[in-house]
Amino acid sequence: MAIGLTHYLVIGAILFSLGLYSVLTRRNAISILMGVELILNSSNINYVAFSHFSSGNVEGQVYAIFVIMLAAAEAAVGLAIVLAIFQIFHTIDVEAAETLKE
Amino acid sequence: MDIATALFYLVAIITVGSAAVVAFSRNIIYSAFSLMGTFAGVAGIYVFLGADFVAAVQLLIYVGGILVLILFAVMLTHRITDVEITNRAAGRIPALLAIGIFIFLLVQTIRETSWAKAKEILYAPTTARIGDLFLENYLLPFELASLVLLAALIGAVVLSRKELRE
Repeated sequence: MAIGLTHYLVIGAILFSLGLYSVLTRRNAISILMGVELILNSSNINYVAFSHFSSGNVEGQVYAIFVIMLAAAEAAVGLAIVLAIFQIFHTIDVEAAETLKE
Repeated sequence: MDIATALFYLVAIITVGSAAVVAFSRNIIYSAFSLMGTFAGVAGIYVFLGADFVAAVQLLIYVGGILVLILFAVMLTHRITDVEITNRAAGRIPALLAIGIFIFLLVQTIRETSWAKAKEILYAPTTARIGDLFLENYLLPFELASLVLLAALIGAVVLSRKELRE
């Protein structure tokens, strides 16, 4: 069986599910950010696979580059927030930062 | 099975396997380092898809930038000696059930949809065409991207500096 669009979409689906599992179960803020990175990578695989197999032009790759750029911005700001939380609460457990509830 | 197919499966196994370590490892250092395998494997998948520029950008930004940022954050927020309990997870079984159903539905959808097919599948250098698109059709998003990056830069600096209290 030749490698086709389906193979790439299945890899994207598996990566998305693993990222979703990380986001759902982790209590550590950095691990949650890692899960978000996995999800963004899986969406990028889909963009590039569709641009290669379905549309035949490179617009999908342009969108993939925009997603990579936003992932970089997200990682910078997200990790800065994690460091700020660590300075205040001395832990990065996401269940510890609940001062706003009270 | 020819050699390209075998290579594809090797890259796919590396990608999915290290992503599984990211999701299931109890030690956050292992998670952070196996994220490198995932990012490099995704770059390999881009190469298989004929997207040379995106593969290079993936290596530069994810492996060179985001991964280093994540490793810095791990090192700055954990005592490395008591690393065993650093990656707590809760609600594993409902989450496993949920993503099991989810992945089943996704794979069913992927298999049963008849996706559009391109007229011809090209393996040509893409950098020039991507550059043309950035400066013609996508000029406004391209300029907005630089603004977003500037805002993220300033935001990260403001958030992570130490406040001086009087």
